[in-house]
Amino acid sequence: MAAGLPTEGSNTATPRAGNLARRDVPTCRLDERLADVRERAQAAGWNVAVVVNDERVVLGLLRERKLAGDPDTLVEAAMLPGPKTFRTYASAKEVADFLTEHDMANCPITTSDGRLVGLILREDAVRAAAAAGERPAADT
Amino acid sequence: MPHVINRDELQQLLTQGAQLVEVLPAQEFAEEHLPAAVNIPLRQLDSKARAALDPQRPVIVYCWDVA
Repeated sequence: MAAGLPTEGSNTATPRAGNLARRDVPTCRLDERLADVRERAQAAGWNVAVVVNDERVVLGLLRERKLAGDPDTLVEAAMLPGPKTFRTYASAKEVADFLTEHDMANCPITTSDGRLVGLILREDAVRAAAAAGERPAADT
Repeated sequence: MPHVINRDELQQLLTQGAQLVEVLPAQEFAEEHLPAAVNIPLRQLDSKARAALDPQRPVIVYCWDVA
């Protein structure tokens, strides 16, 4: 509803993906070299980058292993295209359950028009779900 | 005449005094809504809008996004 921006009401205490998404995740374009993206990501303390277009629409994801590939490879050839994403209003438990079930470390959070809001980390989702009294399915 | 706006336009219109209306049922409004929004459920829109809204200011209407 609010694309990760603040809302009001009785449900706002529920931890949502939009609030948990780390907005400082590095981004890159299709035509960049892996070496350039890796250097930029590592300088910012990340081992992952989200591939976006000029409108910040998510096109792909470069996880750690792909990011560590041949430095001259273009992002377009190395990325995971069309990665699983969640909307900002998804609950922390929903995201935590999915990432745990699929053994994924993170996942982009987007608006309904596909624009990147940030990257949610599995540990953040699991921690927030637990704090809200919602244990991930894998732990129950 | 209604037309579709994006989030940036919405935020700009709000700073200019536009009125924000959520047309979902009252229960859903109580659970979560955008800051500064008022609730006029869709089925009550015709009967309540005139009294609740200022006809001199723009009105922004929204509901749930399931895209």
